[in-house]
Amino acid sequence: MQKKRKKSRLYEIWRQLRKNKLAVAALVVLVLLLLVAVFAPLLAPYPYDQLNAKLSFADASKEHLLGNDRLGRDILSRLIYGSRQSLSMGVVAVAIAATIGITIGAIAGFYGRWVDNLCMRLLDIYQAMPMFLLCVALAAILGPSLRNAIIALGVGTVPGYARIMRASILTVREKEYVEAARAIDASDANIILKHILPNAIGPLIVQITMGVGGCILAGSALSFIGLGVQPPLPEWGAMISDGRSYLREAPRLTIYPSICVMLSVLSCNLLGDGLRDALDPRLKN
Amino acid sequence: MEENLLEIRDLAVEYHTDDDVIYAVNNIDLTVKKGETLGLVGETGAGKTTIAKSILRILPPLQAKLMSGEIIFDGQDVLKLSEKEMRKIRGNRIAMIFQDPMTALNPIETVGYQIAEAIKQHNKIHRSEADKRACDMLEMVGIPMDRFDEYPHQFSGGMKQRVVIAMALACNPGLLLADEPTTALDVTIQAQVLDMMRSLRTRLDTSVILITHDLGVVADFCDSVAVTYAGEIVERGTARHVFKSPGHPYTLGLFGSLPRLNSTERRLSPIKGLMPDPTDLPKGCRFCDRCPEASEQCREAPPAGVETEPGHIVKCHLAKGAG
Amino acid sequence: MLRYIGKRLLMLIPVLLGISLVVIILIDITPGDPARMMLGTQATEEQVEQLREDLGLNDPIYVRYGRFLWNTINGDFGTSLMTKRPVADEMLLRLPYTLLLVSLSLVMSVIIGIPIGIYAATHQHTWRDSGVMFLSMICVSVPSFVFALLLIRLFGVKLQWLPLSGVESWRGWILPCVAMGLGLTALIARQMRSDLLEIIRQDYITTARAKGLSEGKVIYRHSLKNAAIPVIMVIGGVFGSSLGGSLIAEQIYSIPGMGDYIMKGLSNRDYPVIQSGILVISSMFALVILLVDVIFALVDPRIRSQYVSKKRGRMSKIAKETEEIQAV
Repeated sequence: MQKKRKKSRLYEIWRQLRKNKLAVAALVVLVLLLLVAVFAPLLAPYPYDQLNAKLSFADASKEHLLGNDRLGRDILSRLIYGSRQSLSMGVVAVAIAATIGITIGAIAGFYGRWVDNLCMRLLDIYQAMPMFLLCVALAAILGPSLRNAIIALGVGTVPGYARIMRASILTVREKEYVEAARAIDASDANIILKHILPNAIGPLIVQITMGVGGCILAGSALSFIGLGVQPPLPEWGAMISDGRSYLREAPRLTIYPSICVMLSVLSCNLLGDGLRDALDPRLKN
Repeated sequence: MEENLLEIRDLAVEYHTDDDVIYAVNNIDLTVKKGETLGLVGETGAGKTTIAKSILRILPPLQAKLMSGEIIFDGQDVLKLSEKEMRKIRGNRIAMIFQDPMTALNPIETVGYQIAEAIKQHNKIHRSEADKRACDMLEMVGIPMDRFDEYPHQFSGGMKQRVVIAMALACNPGLLLADEPTTALDVTIQAQVLDMMRSLRTRLDTSVILITHDLGVVADFCDSVAVTYAGEIVERGTARHVFKSPGHPYTLGLFGSLPRLNSTERRLSPIKGLMPDPTDLPKGCRFCDRCPEASEQCREAPPAGVETEPGHIVKCHLAKGAG
Repeated sequence: MLRYIGKRLLMLIPVLLGISLVVIILIDITPGDPARMMLGTQATEEQVEQLREDLGLNDPIYVRYGRFLWNTINGDFGTSLMTKRPVADEMLLRLPYTLLLVSLSLVMSVIIGIPIGIYAATHQHTWRDSGVMFLSMICVSVPSFVFALLLIRLFGVKLQWLPLSGVESWRGWILPCVAMGLGLTALIARQMRSDLLEIIRQDYITTARAKGLSEGKVIYRHSLKNAAIPVIMVIGGVFGSSLGGSLIAEQIYSIPGMGDYIMKGLSNRDYPVIQSGILVISSMFALVILLVDVIFALVDPRIRSQYVSKKRGRMSKIAKETEEIQAV
């Protein structure tokens, strides 16, 4: 019964989402980007670190469709490999943030009273720092690397998920079916997982989708200022940073990775927007 | 009492959504005489509010489609008026009271401003004059005028509805559309608000269309009744006629679902079933699926209106004409 | 109202205490020795140890925290390990740059974003709305440093209208503000549009129409004021994200502001700079959020009458959430 209801709800969301062509296109783009990241070694024509001094700043050619960078590395291959780093910054960071945030929010919302108060005050402190400043500080303190950038982004963006989760719980906590579940002595974890989470899932999905975009963006910014992925590993933000010195001679070094960042972030945002509308069709009119 | 103030002929309204067409109002006819109070009765979703909003032309423009009909108010077809001419009627000659007073007032303007705004919109008078008249209106609905500068959240539900009524009556409209004005209120407050509306109606000589699902209120308050069902008016006539000799099985059913203190029956008899899906109406009589006396004819052909008594029209195959 | 503001200011104290505690703990667990970094690899172990002792780095963390708080309250933000200049003096020189950059881009995005949002909302279901919204979505999705580079390329390198970097003249401010403001403008426009559409659906707007008011009056008098309330909240959040964004913009355009200072501090493990810099930036943010709440209370009579209500707390949280989702 429970399962069937959940299924039909997901189906209903999908049915609404399908009507939004932009969101569907965004979903397709995201899936393609993920596939590119997963199969990068198969798709990339060259290794990302293959140097070729003769091809320094070479223009696009049949062999190198998007040209080469200063060290003669193939830009297309670097973009393809870069998607692994860039996307994983978005996806893994959000996974960390969502897991911590949902747990904190669930505990705060479910147990209420002083637990709730404590959690909320902590989040207040958390959020009193501008988020990007916090991420930068964390990344700098942990030391620049892909792993640390992901941790910094993940830890830095926790509060949003916690607040959404807590708010959803507060709205459903007093509903009859939760009372009923409590009456038959279901465990707390059980109640949270079975009854409360499904109701909070809508806003969380939207936040997660948008959050992936936000983290890709912030991650590229971290790499841009040298606090993220370290060379020779390619990452879009780092590639933009590399190309920055050659804006005059070879603007494509900056432009191609910028397009990649924009495309992935835009897709996340459009999908998130579409999901929000699909979850609440009322908003459309 | 003779002259028709409002005459609706063959009005049909549909709502178009992404997937469906909702047949909200289907070819209804309705008249309201000067000074008359008409009770528009029916279940939620029967199209009552849509009728009222069509009269004011404040239906949501993108979804609602006016398919046919005329709405003649004081000799003019309001559906043919320009938006500018229509604005002169809205709030001035036809006013509306909304169902939920909690949300009908702008939370960040004072109630006095909101009343005076309506007055100023339709009269070429100075602001202080409009304010003064708004104060009078407040007093008239029983709110001391020193609360003029207060905000809606400082009023209780019943008081808010009084403000809404004051706002609606501020320009002394010829026709008042009251959309379930008491539904959202406590029972005791309901009675107060109705009493007040009754006295104001007489004092200002306003015609009223009272939308409600409460037959008790209709009996108490209305001169005539129109019963709506699935976007149609299935029975209309004077309140006396309809209450004394209801002709449509649906009307009978409505009476059956009312508790009566003086009755020996021990149980209520609610109408079985649900209103048909407004996106997929039966092709015959709309009520046939729930009607205890439905025949093959009812399922096949929609019934025409039959005049069982002078002015008492019943849309049912089983109804007998008055001789 | 004054009491309300006072109360909110008092509530800031624990938050700022918390922030400084977090910062000091973070610095404590950081690998790398500031003393070693100051003296370089040539220094002997004894010299480093001596410096650590002098700087008080060997004290337990609660002693250092207490000392930091005491000094900060007395207006002493410490001395930079790298430049040996008092941090307070340096920050006083740098803060105006950051505040100017952030407020200019904020003002720009409000002035442009709000009318765009209104325009889109009043043209809903037309290609104009979809076009404007799609464009703004693109602006939200492009990192501000990409805008910065593109603007430099176009106006600085190609057309040579504006300086590439530096803010010695007013013309130098244009590119950084536009680069930072584009995304914020789009964000505010989107917020304005969705709030306005939300308000237009409310019953009291139908009431206003039923009064016979013209569409213009319905929108400007009844909808806009109501829709402005959440937008003001969002602007508070946007201020925070532009404080974060200034970290990058100041680097690209060589603006000697707080962001630049903190970045330098971070890369040199110059912990007095890091501590005080983050504390000052966070206080700025907190003050703006407070200011926004006060404006909010002034606009909304429901809040004005109760000053401190649940609703207010909720709204300032909305502001903070927006800050979070807003990109850099």
